[in-house]
Amino acid sequence: MASVSETHAANKPGPARWLVVLVPYFWLLLFFAGPFLIILKISLSDTAIAMPPYVPVFQGAIGDFISRLDFENYLFLTEDPLYIRSYLSSLRIALISTLLLLLIGYPMALAMARAPSSLRPTLVMLVILPFWTSFLIRVYAWIGILKPDGLLTLLFQTIGLMGPNEQVQIFRTDIAVFIGIVYSYLPFMVLPLYSALEKMDNTLLEAASDLGCPPLKAFWKITFPLSLPGVVAGSLICFIPITGEFVIPDLLGGADTLMIGKTLWTEFFGNRDWPLASAVAVILLILLVVPIAIFQNQQKKVA
Amino acid sequence: MKSSRFDATVLTLGFAFLYIPIIILVIYSFNASRLVTVWGGFSFQWYRTMWSNQGLMDAAWITARVGVLSATIGTVLGTLAALSLVRFSRFPGRMLFSGMIYAPLVMPEVITGLSLLLLFVAVGIDRGFWTVVIAHTTFTMCYVAIVVQSRLMTFDRSLEEAALDLGCPPVKTFFRITLPLIMPAVIAGWMLAFTLSLDDLVIASFTTGPGATTLPIKIYSQVRLGVTPEINAICTILIGLVTLGVIAASISTKRAELRRIRDEHVALRGVT
Repeated sequence: MASVSETHAANKPGPARWLVVLVPYFWLLLFFAGPFLIILKISLSDTAIAMPPYVPVFQGAIGDFISRLDFENYLFLTEDPLYIRSYLSSLRIALISTLLLLLIGYPMALAMARAPSSLRPTLVMLVILPFWTSFLIRVYAWIGILKPDGLLTLLFQTIGLMGPNEQVQIFRTDIAVFIGIVYSYLPFMVLPLYSALEKMDNTLLEAASDLGCPPLKAFWKITFPLSLPGVVAGSLICFIPITGEFVIPDLLGGADTLMIGKTLWTEFFGNRDWPLASAVAVILLILLVVPIAIFQNQQKKVA
Repeated sequence: MKSSRFDATVLTLGFAFLYIPIIILVIYSFNASRLVTVWGGFSFQWYRTMWSNQGLMDAAWITARVGVLSATIGTVLGTLAALSLVRFSRFPGRMLFSGMIYAPLVMPEVITGLSLLLLFVAVGIDRGFWTVVIAHTTFTMCYVAIVVQSRLMTFDRSLEEAALDLGCPPVKTFFRITLPLIMPAVIAGWMLAFTLSLDDLVIASFTTGPGATTLPIKIYSQVRLGVTPEINAICTILIGLVTLGVIAASISTKRAELRRIRDEHVALRGVT
């Protein structure tokens, strides 16, 4: 029968259908996976004052290639405490921000999931809408609020929390960075949490309360464990990009706010040291491989 | 009820946190005074200075072109990728393929940007307009793939099978049956891709070249010099455009959905 053979054929790409797979496949191989090999290669080469500012590694025979490989960029990363401190500080900021996002995002997602079903699409829309407006704009908006002669100072002075000569000293500190990160990433945390909580079977909670379980205990015994996939997804979606964040620490953070994305940017655009910037990127990638792998596994399970 | 009052408070505070900074930004774009803390009266003057700022307008035009081109190519590639993932359960390298779809979603932008730049330099492509388009296509296609994939998974394949049974060739079936049915997701994917491209600073900074300064790069360089109402004005226009686009899209998909339900009713009545 024609229909049976067609359905079978649809599960395995036939010659014509290969194009469907091959075009995006090759695009991603060429422009996403391929460049990582180049980063690796350049991180192993010497800096040069030229354009491009590095000495090529891949020239001549294989033996020549191996003798030219050098790990001095990586050695340099371990010698200068700035880099190690940047990595550690990025991981610390990303971890604290993710926890803050969970603390703020979870009650929001829970409240959305418990709202009347007619209201829910509007609430979801309200969470998504800020995400559509530019990241840069949303970070910029906080500068006007947080800077010493900004609106927060004005507000505190008006309501009498502060004297006329006092100013809010948050701008260009780690606190401003946390505010910026939590603000920018909140939709990414709320949406996976909401989709996990919304799917929950409410009869379980009713059963618990019928059997005399107090609401708070029911939450920890039933709601929270069932929402764990959402917690993991939301945390990873936030944690991984925050670790490499550049815009927020650059615009809201101070000179002592160390984040590896900023260090990489300075190394590349400021010092024009491409090999060192590549080595910084390689180490960052190695740090993030495990979280990215967990994220992919989880997404595949959901899909 | 206690918990519903708690929920209402949480939502009010949460949405206030999300929206107040944006609202303040919009309000101050109409401020006649240059200072943030001083309200100098209502004025359109920053919109006028913005309009006559040639550099800003050029950047806006380049950004719009990059956005349309990369979103369109990204939507085609992303839709193909989604079809591959949903319809072909096994092919060599499928693991790597799905990995390359998911990884760009969380990959720090500095890494994506740097790696693409090094690729362009290594193969000797001059950086400029087209390198930004390629870079944006590469990361936006993954978002499109995810959006379209979720639509394809809930897709009723009986219509497709009927067309194939009646002898419609697969390519024609795709364009006549499959594509119209997944169209809302494809459009949503395109819009997402377009706004992501419009928004991107980091990847564009790495992959751009002379003569291809995009709006975020321009805004960023001005923001570093300080807050000016002129930036508020351009931000307000961008926010307005995006809000209009999102509202229009949600209305049109809702209408399409209603029409589909009505058509199905008519069809059912016709059968009985």
